[in-house]
Amino acid sequence: MIRVELPAHLRTLAHVGGEVKLDVEGPVTQRSILDALENAYPMLQGTIRDHVTQQRRAFVRFFACTEDLSHESPDAPLPDAVAKGAEPFLIVGAIAGGSGRW
Amino acid sequence: MSNVRVLVGTRKGAFVLASDGKREQWSVSGPHFAGWEIYHVKGSPVDPNRLYASQSSGWSGQVIQRSNDGGQTWEPVDNKFVYNGVPGTHQWYDGTPHPWEFKRVWHLEPSLTDPETVYAGVEDAALFRSADGGKSWQELSGLRGHGSGPHWQPGAGGMCLHTVILDPGNPGRIFIAISAAGAFRSDDGGETWQPINRGLKSQYIPDPNAEVGHCVHHVAMHRSRPGVLFMQKHWDVMRSDDAGDSWHEVSGNLPTDFGFAIDVHAHEPETIYVVPIKSDSEHFPPEGKLRVYRSRTGGNEWEPLTKGLPQNDCYVNVLRDAMAVDSLDSCGVYFGTTGGQVYASADAGDSWAPIVRDLPAVLSVEVQTLP
Repeated sequence: MIRVELPAHLRTLAHVGGEVKLDVEGPVTQRSILDALENAYPMLQGTIRDHVTQQRRAFVRFFACTEDLSHESPDAPLPDAVAKGAEPFLIVGAIAGGSGRW
Repeated sequence: MSNVRVLVGTRKGAFVLASDGKREQWSVSGPHFAGWEIYHVKGSPVDPNRLYASQSSGWSGQVIQRSNDGGQTWEPVDNKFVYNGVPGTHQWYDGTPHPWEFKRVWHLEPSLTDPETVYAGVEDAALFRSADGGKSWQELSGLRGHGSGPHWQPGAGGMCLHTVILDPGNPGRIFIAISAAGAFRSDDGGETWQPINRGLKSQYIPDPNAEVGHCVHHVAMHRSRPGVLFMQKHWDVMRSDDAGDSWHEVSGNLPTDFGFAIDVHAHEPETIYVVPIKSDSEHFPPEGKLRVYRSRTGGNEWEPLTKGLPQNDCYVNVLRDAMAVDSLDSCGVYFGTTGGQVYASADAGDSWAPIVRDLPAVLSVEVQTLP
């Protein structure tokens, strides 16, 4: 069982409370998780990755096991801890819109 | 007695304001879709409980919501807006070619006859139609495929198709407007299109009289006279008496002819409303006075309407889709501001009162008159 954590506004859109639990067939990758997620919650299609190109939307990031996996191949195997359900796959809205100065 | 429902889209959600025909006591429902930008909410003229809403965010893109109970409950429908064929390029701000990319739906226009049919005006500029209540969308690509398409350029707010007007007397006729390409008309249900910008003059483009390239902000029509169109252009308030074939300026004595919103009285087709804005760089009312201007002569002669509106230190904007009228005997006029106020007048603009004062910035206002 794969655990997926959505950003708050997508939890609202999908009418889910906490983590989403998914059965994923075959290798556990970004693509297979998103396929299973969109199959279970069709209203999320197009909100995480593009309908046609399947590219991750610019302000969405994928984290797991304290690593930023956003720039990994969508077909790269995810860490065992995610595949075994010990750690969640985090879909995160990037921090955007803040000050350009620091 | 009739009721009125005001559908408000804001930067952070949608709100539904409701009143009886007196339009004095209002209930406020919302925010619906809290945290999302709601560019537009509009109801079907043939089934007022069928509403469509455009919901979007910079993080998650576009969602289309549909309600069958007047906005009490909603369901997401299809959000797949894919341009036909190879999208090609339009001009970028710097004049270089830029690929057509879908960004968001600015305007939803339900059919005048079928609640399942709805049009979507989108950025980058294109027109889509759904014939199944939003469950699937098809581009009417004859518009984007018009030979002038590669020369279209975005306005400051993006290259958006923001206005869709369906002709009640001619099912095949559709008017649309794009910033900054101009106005277009189809006479065959959206298959083919022609620019209708003759008479527009825009000093900010190389040829002020060009066929396309004008930053049209909004267009309005009275149902009883679909050949008469009123336009708020970037600068200039314009009028056409021949369905857009030619335009002439009717800015007259307005304090500034820059602005976004324009609308027509429900029962008086020569009575029109605009909200003058100081300039293209100063998007607020002149002198800090929020004034609606009304012309009862179809333009040229304008009177300021100020009763109940702030007349000092007011620096809000009124965006292009943020004004609407109801169709009660004494026509109600409504508009929303970027400061979060929604003002209503139950006497055709003579006096105003805020329905709400502190919403997020208002992007759109539509009104339904219910039996």
